[in-house]
Amino acid sequence: MHGHLSQAEFLAGMAAFLGVFYLSLAIMNAIAAAFLWESGRGVTLFRVNVFGLYSLPFTTPILWLLVATYFVALSPLAFSGDPYMMWWVSLPTVVIDTIDYWVNPTVYTVGSLVFFGSLFWMRRFFVKPVVAWSCFNLVLLFMGFSMTNQSFSAIVTKADNVPIVGLMFLLGFFTWLATSRAVANDDRALRGEPPLESVDNEKVLVWPDLVYTELICMVAVLALLLVWGLLLQAPLEEPASSVKTPNPSKAPWYFLGLQEMLVYYDPWMAGVVLPSVILFGLIAIPYLDFNKLGNGYYTISQRKFAYLNFQFGFLVLWVTLIVMGTFLRGPNWNFFHPFETWDTHKVEALSNVDLSQWFWNDLFGVARPKAPEGSGGLKQFLYIAYRESPGIVFIIGYLVLLPPVMAATFMRKFFIKMGFIRFMVLSNLMLMMGLLPLKMILRWSVNLKYFISIPEYFLNL
Amino acid sequence: MDSLSEIIRNSQIWKSIIRHPMPVDRRNRIVVMLTNFFLHLHPVSAKKQGIALSYTWCMGGITFFLFLVETVTGVLLMFYYRPTVEWAYSDIVALRDVVSLGVLRELHRWGAHAMVITVWLHMYRVFLTGSYKPPREFNWVLGVILLLLTLLLSFTGYLLPWDQLAIWAITVGSNMARATPFLGNEGPGAALLTVGGIDMITNASDARFLTLGARFVGEETLNRFYVLHCVAIPLGAALLLAIHFWRIRKDGGISGPL
Ligand code: HEM
Repeated sequence: MHGHLSQAEFLAGMAAFLGVFYLSLAIMNAIAAAFLWESGRGVTLFRVNVFGLYSLPFTTPILWLLVATYFVALSPLAFSGDPYMMWWVSLPTVVIDTIDYWVNPTVYTVGSLVFFGSLFWMRRFFVKPVVAWSCFNLVLLFMGFSMTNQSFSAIVTKADNVPIVGLMFLLGFFTWLATSRAVANDDRALRGEPPLESVDNEKVLVWPDLVYTELICMVAVLALLLVWGLLLQAPLEEPASSVKTPNPSKAPWYFLGLQEMLVYYDPWMAGVVLPSVILFGLIAIPYLDFNKLGNGYYTISQRKFAYLNFQFGFLVLWVTLIVMGTFLRGPNWNFFHPFETWDTHKVEALSNVDLSQWFWNDLFGVARPKAPEGSGGLKQFLYIAYRESPGIVFIIGYLVLLPPVMAATFMRKFFIKMGFIRFMVLSNLMLMMGLLPLKMILRWSVNLKYFISIPEYFLNL
Repeated sequence: MDSLSEIIRNSQIWKSIIRHPMPVDRRNRIVVMLTNFFLHLHPVSAKKQGIALSYTWCMGGITFFLFLVETVTGVLLMFYYRPTVEWAYSDIVALRDVVSLGVLRELHRWGAHAMVITVWLHMYRVFLTGSYKPPREFNWVLGVILLLLTLLLSFTGYLLPWDQLAIWAITVGSNMARATPFLGNEGPGAALLTVGGIDMITNASDARFLTLGARFVGEETLNRFYVLHCVAIPLGAALLLAIHFWRIRKDGGISGPL
């Protein structure tokens, strides 16, 4: 970490990088403007009335040219490496303070849900090139302004974290691409036209049409990999030592979603059962999705149910938790917002209670049932089952009673179409996926630790 | 007068290797796809929208290419690397400091990260175009297994540098196996598996022991992960990839509107 650098030294070190960064953003926007101008694809956003004589169009090329100019102006400020100058290219303290005050795991997770939800509801708005490109610029600007913060830049530029920054941008781009094609196809379907994929779809020879595309992709990927490899050295820490435990010890980044689940579930759930359910669920998708529409073209409205389920599992849970595990979890797996230094001594009060504790102690004001000393195995077992009965009833109710309720109410059509077994598999997979957010909410709201807590058998749920 | 390239292309040696003329006209563009080993994975012709970059993002292709990059750089790394507690770390240091072409390790590591990302994006594309629907259900299943193998390849490789990052990441990961229901010594139900009062599942016989080859991450683990990483998983992945590609053809080529 850069913790030992003074802020001035740190800024001087960032200057060249940030200067080049803003210059690249300027060039990027200038190219966009030139492209729109050349191809005539620019759009008029509004018209400016000059003295009532002319009405001048304010078009997208002009907008991106202005943005480019703005970035050009930022570049020398960043290049200066001077703390006073760089104040202009840093996040205002009030923003950092607000984030400091507000952001915690609850706000982060619920916020992501709201974020993805609104992207979905307003997808027609967000797929517009002007809007998408503006968002892209704003995110880059925010990243740039944050880079003058030592904690932020340390975590984002850590060599093994760079791929995740890349993943976020790639996911953003491809989600935009897929959504805009889906929106276009859905509009066409409303007008009774076939999807874009069936227009101009005659057979072509694979040489050159596909072979060349593949060749170009190969060269591009190899070039990217070389640049990446030359710029960023593969991390190598101190030699392995089984006595010095690093804090935090993190799994590789692609498993951090699972490690984050450890906050809510014990290892047998987070590390074994839920991953197996995820794999099984993925494999089952083609056999559960009986919807014949949307095969071989982008669409959202023709397969909303499948789409929303998948996106909830992939974007809202899997990706969001990885991002949290990578960037926001520090020593002792405590939550640190991106502008906070990782302090090993940060303590978070944990006072979580089990459902059985709450049920017996708080609700009935009695001690939890306990088998008398020296009683036999069966008696012990029955007492434990009795003690944990509230949780057991709850879980059985959740996994066994809810599916019929779903079949009888809002998923009636599914049940009729799918038959008993397939419907049971689908509903149980959905409920298993729901267990995670359910436990999260209960943890945040009522400090629930376990539904069922049987440490005697290592069975905590 | 014949130009040099024509002389070469008319030579017996050249003709013995490349059996088709230059693919400059329609006939020879078909012939090239049929006679070249590397190209014959492809069909001769395909629907224009199916092979469009904006449709497939070429993500499966890129993932496969990264698999090849990993194979080549991996073999080169194996020349320098000995999977023992004594040598592993210092061999990696030597790779960084002494071996020429100093980006080998970088290419391999960043390539691995990139492959995890592209395989997710490929799955994402296949889902969003509904390409798992009949008749391609089974190819999706093969894909999920390939996804798992890709993650396992990355995971087993993570241990090999034998630095702090490596052993603790693997420790965190493999500790979960200890909690496997019935098969982990701290998993629910394991206590039930006793025969005549003797526990069958102990820390020397459970799922974690199977993964690590020992009670903790050590010499045996390094050897086990090395073999998995360099031999077993790549072979498995290569076989599945062959079937994956075969099935794309047999399922009627890349998906498209019916
Ligand atoms: C090592 C990993 C993988 C490699 C190298 C790979 C490679 C490919 C390639 C080259 C294609 C041709 C079309 C394209 O490029 O999109 C393809 C298609 C396909 N892949 Fe994969 N794939 C992998 C993993 C997966 C995964 C994880 C899934 C899904 C869970 C999957 C499911 C499919 C399906 C269903 C098709 C047919 C798509 C269509 O016809 O539109 N593959 N794969």
